[in-house]
Amino acid sequence: MKRIWKLLRTVLMAAGSAALLCGCHGTEGMSAFVMPEEFDALRDYEITFWAKNDTNKTQTAIYEKAIADFEELYPNITVNLRLYTDYGKIYNDVITNIATDTTPNVCVTYPDHIATYLTGDNRVVALEELFADERYGLGGSEVRFDAPGQEEIIPQFLEECAFGGHYYAIPYMRSTEACYINKTYVEALGYTLPKELTWDFIWEVSEAAMEKDGQDNFRVNGQKVMIPFIYKSTDNMMIQMLRQRDAGYSTENGGIEIFNDTTRELLETIAEHAQTGAFSTFKISSYPANFLNAGQCIFAVDSTAGATWMGTDAPLCDISEDKIVEFETAVMPIPQFDPARPRMISQGPSVCIFNKEDSQQVLASWLFAQYLLTNEVQIAYSQTEGYVPVTKKAQESEQYRDYLAGCGEDNGLHYAVKIQAARLLLDNVDHTFVTPVFNGSVSLRDAAGQMIENTVKSVRRGQQIDDAYMEKLYGDMTSLYRLDQISRQSGLDGRADDLGKLPGTAVALLLALASAWIMILLYVASGVLKKKKNQQ
Amino acid sequence: MKKLTALLLVFALAFASVACGSEKNDTAGTEDAAQTTGAEDAAETQTQDTADDAAQAETDTAETEPQDSAAEDTAQEKSEGVMTYEEYMAADLDTEVVVETYVQAKQSWWEDKATLYTQDQDGAYFVYNAACSQEDYDKLTPGTKIKVTGFKGEWSGEIEIMDATFEILEGNYVAEPVDVTTYLGLDELMDYQNQFVTFKGMTVEAAGQDDAGNDVAFLYSWDGSGQEGDDLYFNVSLDGATYTFTVESYLCGSDTDVYKAVKELNIGDKIDMEGFLYWYEGVNPHITSVKAAN
Repeated sequence: MKRIWKLLRTVLMAAGSAALLCGCHGTEGMSAFVMPEEFDALRDYEITFWAKNDTNKTQTAIYEKAIADFEELYPNITVNLRLYTDYGKIYNDVITNIATDTTPNVCVTYPDHIATYLTGDNRVVALEELFADERYGLGGSEVRFDAPGQEEIIPQFLEECAFGGHYYAIPYMRSTEACYINKTYVEALGYTLPKELTWDFIWEVSEAAMEKDGQDNFRVNGQKVMIPFIYKSTDNMMIQMLRQRDAGYSTENGGIEIFNDTTRELLETIAEHAQTGAFSTFKISSYPANFLNAGQCIFAVDSTAGATWMGTDAPLCDISEDKIVEFETAVMPIPQFDPARPRMISQGPSVCIFNKEDSQQVLASWLFAQYLLTNEVQIAYSQTEGYVPVTKKAQESEQYRDYLAGCGEDNGLHYAVKIQAARLLLDNVDHTFVTPVFNGSVSLRDAAGQMIENTVKSVRRGQQIDDAYMEKLYGDMTSLYRLDQISRQSGLDGRADDLGKLPGTAVALLLALASAWIMILLYVASGVLKKKKNQQ
Repeated sequence: MKKLTALLLVFALAFASVACGSEKNDTAGTEDAAQTTGAEDAAETQTQDTADDAAQAETDTAETEPQDSAAEDTAQEKSEGVMTYEEYMAADLDTEVVVETYVQAKQSWWEDKATLYTQDQDGAYFVYNAACSQEDYDKLTPGTKIKVTGFKGEWSGEIEIMDATFEILEGNYVAEPVDVTTYLGLDELMDYQNQFVTFKGMTVEAAGQDDAGNDVAFLYSWDGSGQEGDDLYFNVSLDGATYTFTVESYLCGSDTDVYKAVKELNIGDKIDMEGFLYWYEGVNPHITSVKAAN
């Protein structure tokens, strides 16, 4: 028996080693965060915060001040800031760091991105328990600053952070898209801006602006360059057009509906205006603001968070002063198909917290994330661009109301275009929407924009846009973004993936282990038989 | 029997180790990337190597001129259907272009797309986001000859080849920097767009102010909103005119000599620079070398 145990022990150790070795390659699962009974303020914590700014020095300064103020309140928590200027880069870095368990503690992100982060179990902290905790939750009794209660966060904005039955983020700032218009040129072309902007109006004025004089200059601006309509984010363009037309994009669970007749019709219209040169995109031509300020664009659609770059007196500008032209800037909601039912996207940064083995560190991270919702941070950051604070507490504060009331008093803090852009969202919160979040929704969004980019490029390159083109485009998008695989992936509902065939090494390992066990059992059985035989 | 069992146990452990080993290698690779803050920096690391290679290749060029002359003769030959630089420049925007050119530096690789500074004996071609596997990207070194097929585009004044594919050919050419100092502020500078160039005897000016209101010689990002590892912006003047130059962090990351050199600049320093004559709403050179002026 002793010998058998020795042998079994060897086998078990070998199998254990194998399991350990096999397990070492992945960190797919983590234990769910469990709320500590009390925050251990005697310990020191170091947390990392990956933040996004719009290449804006004031925003960087606000993050730094927020960290300094927070560290003064919590001297045992050190926050290390890493700045990004692009959500996509944050996303890529998070994905890379999930594999090695080196994710940041607190991270500015988009809900679409969180859906991918959630592929690893419990990787992102579900926040309901933290929200509701009486002591450390939103506006909790032990929180050392004046935090908003959950009811003070604008409900629509908070709901945008809920998916798969949990809140995985808190909203940080909100924006939408606006159409920044050279009103001077619209009127020079003989048009008057309507109360509500429509796609038909924009296309008509844009085509009118393509008229040239005898010297091959565009009549409206007297220059060689004029792209009347430029759209910065073509994924938003397609998403909003489809929503306004009540056409399919995706189901809540990740069913892909974008390849429909309305999409085709929209692309054909876009192609028609790309053909004449009346429409282009940021990716193809450059920033809409550069063209608008140079008098080379009439309708520039960009985020309200890009408002400080728009207009003759814009505080931020990439083109040289001698290229800037004088014009009156109008700020309007994006064009609509049905002005009686306006629809526009809600966007802007949210903040998620990554799970760690140390629940105290997670709690420290939560306290910092919550600090970003204080009036000091919310109001200061919202004033850097056409952002809107995400709490009623900040929106209804005297300080914020004074800020809005000062619209146009100067071209810095009270720059008119910026405050008009913020007001646009404040007035239209009920008309905003977000797209369903699921693992793969990032890819679908990319495909939505890429279809417009490809169509515009193809037209410019002399390709025929017909049924065959559209069929190929749909096929290309499906394969490029693996959209045919999305609905088969596990969503946020916990359904298991079909992982396919086991790799060869795994099969070999399992066979070897099974063979070893068979041999052991045979050995043991033969030993017992021998013993019995000897006893007989 | 005992021997057989022991043998099987050994096999089991060996298989387990092998299975883990292959995965572990992958993880280690990822971890390395992560420790340098992700893929972006991984690309930077590669391009930094390239920038160093470029400097080395340049030295080699000077030392082995006779051999390179012969190589250049071969290099100048263009295949059938390939445009000359003149034809390329004359081509309309959005038309298909085919050029044979030589990699001078690699800016970045991400998601199977490479951005390259390339040049032949007649002019330069900026290749933006060309389809490129990691394997092919690794094969590209300063001087590598490639045949590029794509579409001519213009983005904020930068003439480039977009949506391109390329193939690697036999041949090698590393361009000597052209001194364009005297063309600064003149229309002629445009003729050298994207070429490897040099600027001599320029004076460092204030790029902005720090939080305390003191003038500083460089900024992280264009307005000082960035951090270590981001693009560096600095101003240099000549004959009363001031120009903004950039150390593009994808091309030359924070570990490179040029990145460190720019951080050591003082207002009033006289410097010589080398780099690629990139364009963004006007000239915006991507600097790869900074030295005290001779």
